[in-house]
Amino acid sequence: MLYHGKTMKDQTGSSERRNFLKATTGALGAALVTGFPAIISGQSVTNAIKIGLVGCGGRGTGAASQALKADDYTELTAVADIDQSQVDNSMATLKKISKIASRVKVEPSHVFLGLDAYQKVIDAGVEVVILTTPPGFRPKHLASCIDAGKHVFCEKPVSTDAPGIRWALETAEKAKQKNLALVAGFCWRYNDMIKDTFQQMQDGAIGRLVAYYATYYTSPVKPMPAASARPAGMSDTEWQIRNWYNFVWLCGDSLVEQAVHSVDKVAWAMHDEPPISCVATGGRTVPAEGGNIFDHFDANYLYPNGVRAFVVNRQDEGCYNENADYIMGTDGICTIGRGPVPRIEGKTNWTWSGEKYDMYQREHDILFASIRRNQPKNDGKRLATSTMLAIMGRMAAYTGQEVTWDQALNSQEKLIPDHIDWNGSLPVPPRPQPGVTKFL
Amino acid sequence: MRSGVLICLVLGTGAFAQTVDVKEHDEVRRIHGRLQAHPVDKPAAYKVTIPNTTISYEMVPVPAGSFEMGSDAKKDERPQHKVNLDSFWMQAHEVTWDEYRLFMFAAQAGEVGHKDEAVDAVSRPTRPYMEMSFGMGINGFPAISMTQHAANKYAEWLSAKTGEFYRLPTEAEWEYACRAGSYVAPSPLADYAWYAADSGGKYQKVETKKPNAWGLYDMLGNVMEWTLDQYGPYPAGEQTNPWVRATQPYPHAVRGGSWNDPADAVRCTARVASDASWKQQDPQLPKSIWYQTDAQWLGFRLVRPAKVPSAEEMFKYWNSGVEHDEQ
Repeated sequence: MLYHGKTMKDQTGSSERRNFLKATTGALGAALVTGFPAIISGQSVTNAIKIGLVGCGGRGTGAASQALKADDYTELTAVADIDQSQVDNSMATLKKISKIASRVKVEPSHVFLGLDAYQKVIDAGVEVVILTTPPGFRPKHLASCIDAGKHVFCEKPVSTDAPGIRWALETAEKAKQKNLALVAGFCWRYNDMIKDTFQQMQDGAIGRLVAYYATYYTSPVKPMPAASARPAGMSDTEWQIRNWYNFVWLCGDSLVEQAVHSVDKVAWAMHDEPPISCVATGGRTVPAEGGNIFDHFDANYLYPNGVRAFVVNRQDEGCYNENADYIMGTDGICTIGRGPVPRIEGKTNWTWSGEKYDMYQREHDILFASIRRNQPKNDGKRLATSTMLAIMGRMAAYTGQEVTWDQALNSQEKLIPDHIDWNGSLPVPPRPQPGVTKFL
Repeated sequence: MRSGVLICLVLGTGAFAQTVDVKEHDEVRRIHGRLQAHPVDKPAAYKVTIPNTTISYEMVPVPAGSFEMGSDAKKDERPQHKVNLDSFWMQAHEVTWDEYRLFMFAAQAGEVGHKDEAVDAVSRPTRPYMEMSFGMGINGFPAISMTQHAANKYAEWLSAKTGEFYRLPTEAEWEYACRAGSYVAPSPLADYAWYAADSGGKYQKVETKKPNAWGLYDMLGNVMEWTLDQYGPYPAGEQTNPWVRATQPYPHAVRGGSWNDPADAVRCTARVASDASWKQQDPQLPKSIWYQTDAQWLGFRLVRPAKVPSAEEMFKYWNSGVEHDEQ
């Protein structure tokens, strides 16, 4: 948990003892909480915080384990998903972790399936809800949690369209008024190594920021199966949700669902102030029958004073992969993701050293500590604005037009159907065509 | 379904069936049958080119013998105890990305046009989502961030490919090979090892420092190396061909120190215990059984024992049975 950044100068003569990276071996969340014994004073040990999980996939299961590890007096008591087998796998996985197994207390009557299952979890007497479904559902899930007075861990992105962003911004404000925690899954903001690096830059280590170049070249996430793989009688809705990554309304496209981590770091470097405008290209090179997302984007954001940010991503097999940030200033360059630790080169030469801590665990350590202290952490605004920044890039790519921040934020394009019927038909809009697709 | 390394990836509806096919006995027997057709050669160094590729590596003979394992330096290196070992060959350098990527990507191994059932049947890593060298270099650089399970499966795959029996070294074999007949630390260390003082904060190309007396490069430093053994206290008595077979996922014994370590951790007798935190950047549960997302200083090399074991023993070497680590 200890870390410190040092300049190369400081390390002259001491490099023999230096570790660039330290493996963490200590206890994680519990240590943080027990470091603040006052937090749980007045709380009887029988008065555990009850947690509900909405979305029991790999990330939801991971987030639930982190929530249970963050605080010894938490219990998982209700879950929602669309698929019983996914719930079963998730619960079995959690129960194998000895430290938390006894606090996985989900009775069969508290397993809820279907599109309205999230509300049943909210109504099941929980105090904290973990939102880890495909992101298309998030604005509604989040608003329902805050309306009902629940603290929330909300995975990124928070929406797939601008109406959902505006709703999330209102919800974030409402959470503040109601003194509710809303911790966002933009995990790099909870990573000591990256936080320290951004602090260096904000303290002037690279001078005035000129440009930010971020790459997010990866393999595909969940490729679209062939239409012939669709079971007979499966509705459009179910087929799309089971293959959610391939549909814009559910996933937001790769720039919004994955590369949004890089977009969020851009926002961080820009002090969470919005850009003026964005121009972008994008398309699909590998056919994906039935889906409507792109497989690559190249977005160019213009900020005040001529500062630029370039975010590129690709999800193809067999290509060059890289996930890095190159942050260029008048006095130096900061590089993240080329080599094991970030470095700054220029007038200041700096490289990170210290002990890594699990950033996913840190999110929950802070969430639960903030609830215990009655100082609820609220990341809601930047969760919405960083997601909006990515949606803006997608809009510019889809339409082929320059898009301003105000246009993007006020976009009337609503991707989420008003009524989603589990058994219903749901036509898939065609893949956008730059130059033809209109900005709405 | 794929899982791979999904850094910061949110999959609300991912199905995760990561069960290892533990009835791989038939597959092992098939590979075993192939090995017996290959008589063991005389103990000399030789070069192996991986079939249907241009990628090669050197095998160095390690003579049978006895040594005093351990030291007085640290608690977990005590007590020193006598160990007797049979002879084996060892890979002269740490497995490189050039080699390991053939295992990760069948197409790169020329296996698409040359179907081989025994090779085909070995389970292989899930496709990585991220670029796993993290920008530290690929051609000629050591492969990193794989689990011990992945290293075991690489050994099985390479055995099927080449017709030679490979496995990870035991902890005793590794230390014996590192010492290369000496009880004196190589000096100056920087002539032999990439470590914190001279690595520049990343791994370096293999075979760019001096080899030890038996011709093995980078036993110390560059990347730490997996062994077969569960990490635990040493026994006091004399042992012959010891192997502490794992009964739980953590810890396994890892050896040699790395580019990230100070000199006192870059010694032939220094031991490191593998830890669950080496996977912390994988946000999903269950976590991948193939990748250690946070072990950018961890690799391996293989040995080829002079004596080919039975198919049953081979199965045990290649299947730890504890690859699913719940955390």
